[in-house]
Amino acid sequence: MPDSKTAPKSFSFRAAFAERAKKEIAKYPPKRKQSAVLALLDLAQRQNTETNCVTDAAMENIAKILDISRMRLEEIASFYTMIHRKPIGKYHVQCCTTTPCMLRGGDSLVALAEKKLGIRANETTSDGLFTLSRVECIGACANAPAMQINDDFYEDLSEKHVENILDNLAAGKPVTAGSQIKRRGAEPVQHSETSLNKRSGYKVS
Amino acid sequence: MSKEPSSQKLPSSKLPSEGVSSKELPKELPPELPMVKITIDGEERECEAGLTVLQACEEAGIEIPRFCYHDRLSIAGNCRMCLVEVSPGPPKPQASCALPINEGMSITTNSPSLQNARKGVMEFLLINHPLDCPICDQGGECDLQDQALAYGFNRGRFSENKRAVGEKYMGPLIKTVMTRCIHCTRCIRFANEVAGVDDIGMLGRGEDVEITTLEKAIDSELSGNVIDLCPVGALTSKPYAFRARSWEVQKSESIDVMDAVGSNIRIDSKNGKVLRVLPRLHEDVNEEWLSDKARFSCDGLARQRLDRPYARNEKKQLVPISWQVALDLVAERIERAKTRIAAVAGEQCDLESMYALKKLLTARGSNKFDARQGGAQFDPSIRSGYLFNTRIANITRADALLIVGANPREDAPIVNARIRQAWLQGGLQQAYGIGTACDVTYPCRWLSEQPQHLLKIASSKDKERLLATLSAARHPMLILGYDALERKDGSDIWRLCGKIAEKANMVREDWNGFNILHRGASAVGACEIGFNQRVDGFMPLLISMAKGEVEVAIIMQADDFDLDSLAKCFTIYIGHHGDRAAQVADVILPSAAYTEKSGIWINMEGRVQMGCAAVPPPGEAQAEWRILRALAEKLDTIPPWNNLQELRTVLWKEHPELAEQDRPLRAVWQSLDDKSNKEFSLHVDPIVTKRENYYMSDPISRASETMSACTRARRELRRKKNAA
Repeated sequence: MPDSKTAPKSFSFRAAFAERAKKEIAKYPPKRKQSAVLALLDLAQRQNTETNCVTDAAMENIAKILDISRMRLEEIASFYTMIHRKPIGKYHVQCCTTTPCMLRGGDSLVALAEKKLGIRANETTSDGLFTLSRVECIGACANAPAMQINDDFYEDLSEKHVENILDNLAAGKPVTAGSQIKRRGAEPVQHSETSLNKRSGYKVS
Repeated sequence: MSKEPSSQKLPSSKLPSEGVSSKELPKELPPELPMVKITIDGEERECEAGLTVLQACEEAGIEIPRFCYHDRLSIAGNCRMCLVEVSPGPPKPQASCALPINEGMSITTNSPSLQNARKGVMEFLLINHPLDCPICDQGGECDLQDQALAYGFNRGRFSENKRAVGEKYMGPLIKTVMTRCIHCTRCIRFANEVAGVDDIGMLGRGEDVEITTLEKAIDSELSGNVIDLCPVGALTSKPYAFRARSWEVQKSESIDVMDAVGSNIRIDSKNGKVLRVLPRLHEDVNEEWLSDKARFSCDGLARQRLDRPYARNEKKQLVPISWQVALDLVAERIERAKTRIAAVAGEQCDLESMYALKKLLTARGSNKFDARQGGAQFDPSIRSGYLFNTRIANITRADALLIVGANPREDAPIVNARIRQAWLQGGLQQAYGIGTACDVTYPCRWLSEQPQHLLKIASSKDKERLLATLSAARHPMLILGYDALERKDGSDIWRLCGKIAEKANMVREDWNGFNILHRGASAVGACEIGFNQRVDGFMPLLISMAKGEVEVAIIMQADDFDLDSLAKCFTIYIGHHGDRAAQVADVILPSAAYTEKSGIWINMEGRVQMGCAAVPPPGEAQAEWRILRALAEKLDTIPPWNNLQELRTVLWKEHPELAEQDRPLRAVWQSLDDKSNKEFSLHVDPIVTKRENYYMSDPISRASETMSACTRARRELRRKKNAA
């Protein structure tokens, strides 16, 4: 998994990131500092805003910091899907297509995003802005269909919402995360019937 | 490969096999474990608590199919082939390799539902396994093939695309066809645990998982063992690729001579050619491992061979001659030299040929012979002073270790793996070393390169107070290697180490921690039969040869000493490879390599082992003892033997202890210092590792293309490592 030739040859955690890394390592006994491996991988990836992945140089650096062999580190980095070893776009659009989202139209959202971005799933746009992936359950089933872009969930999506979100992101405009129909958490959608309504026939004691 | 059931839970203090006298047996037995009553297939049994269900079944003689489980590796439990039913327990089949036995447990190993479950596991394993057995080198010795036949479904029902995986680079020894991999992770566990390198790993997850290296050769002297461990054809031998099928080869059992471990090997040959060398199980020596040099240098047996006698003509060119002429010539020169003859034996010589050579020389009235061509100095008359007294199997019990002038990883990879095992099991916390710092795969503090540091240790004046640490240990060990012994002050270091061993209470009735780590397979044998005589036997011999005091020098398979010293001698080379010494020889008498003769070798712990001939020697080459017998006849000093058996009978009559096979020689501790008791005169030069290349250290491995490829690969690895 060699980086492209343009990848930086060296890596070190920058100020705030170094601070965080130190804090993470301090959470564990000195002999068990390897436990901080996932945190450090994540930090390294966040610091790299160019390609949004963990570079070879970063891997070497983390291996040295945590006194862990390169192979073991590579195993961990390749196991977790949130850690990227290859460059990805600025926005990682992860569309959920597992059962509840699929039933609520997740697949058509993927198709829409593919059309809109001009790429297929697991590809990156040529401007390096978007990477699209089709993922397994992201755990927002009550608000299906949902997708995750970087750290934020976007829920209760319709095709229009997806178009809006992608347009705004591309234009650098702010977007609102969470439910796109202004639902609070996974509360019942207003005026719709639930088991708590009197009309439903269920008795609530 | 034959495997004996052994328990994973108690490998630490396995007793040496029978044949060891009770006095020398380790006093402590492993603590008695409580027994547990279990029922296997309706039959009640008592087993040691702590065994797994799979091990208990093996003890009962019931075979449980498995892919990932291996006696000598940690338990992974990921192939799911070893399913059994247990009650009380969950209602579904359980993986027996990772399930400990319990009191009153009832185990079923062969119910119809289990057969079905195994069929299911097999079918899933085969879904992504290619149907390429006809072109797979594992064919005929493949666990997957065998178990698919015994436990599998009789047809496939999978019609989708199979997954395919790209090949990986694992160095010049291991060929990979990763589509065949079933992800048992044996290779990874072997590399991590036994070899002590982190070079193999499993990347990705789920269906995308791949066993791989980071595109570099495996940096271990034991890497070839992953080929044996791989239950499928994913990792196979690169040099042996497409050479033969396992059922076509003739299998001969022999002893390895690439180091002094005396690893038990099986030589596979076809049409008179050695195709490959595999390890044979010997719990007390090499377990089931083999070093890469022992396994892969066999292609050197077919190259650079001396297959007929040569002699120099008037123009000083070597020209082929007949045996008759060669022997006449040699006999005439020896006759003329009277007592002014000398002999040097190399590191791979068998006991019989050294004995015959010694007898030939003593019959002529010469006692100038030695087998320590590196110039190692120690007293060959004190057996406890030159043996690996602790014995290889007992290394795992060591809890303190001092290495002096050795890199066990390269001198004897099998011994090093045992030391690593001692460390892994927690007994050995820290090793200490004197000499060039090297990566030995376990924590080792290299204290100093100065031999004077040993004096400090002996008088407790060192910072670390090592003597106290060693004395406090229950099973302290000292390993003294040839990097120290081959120095000019070798004998002083040897005596000093003996003193340290005594001071640190290493030598007791129940434990002897003083060890010499020999490099050559002939080393101990030469001492036993008196081929090595004095403390510093070789250097004076070399000097007298250089001075011209020796008229005829017989060099038997020895190529690694200062050959310029032979300039004034008439040099007779008895050997099998056109290596260094053959270049300067006046007469070459071609002999048999270790695969081509029956012979006795005594390993570093004093274990007498006999090897068998696998193939005949090439051309007109003959076993050394035959050459020496013919020569003796020409000289009219006919020895009392006409065949190898008679030679052995004479040898055993003189040295009755050597008649007992596969039993370490008894050595009663004798102080190394009592004769002279003089001051230790140590030189100031540091103790450095002289051996630069593990892979090419003798005529056979120097002729091997595989070993040359390994050398290049390692050089490349080192270069990259230094760059980074």
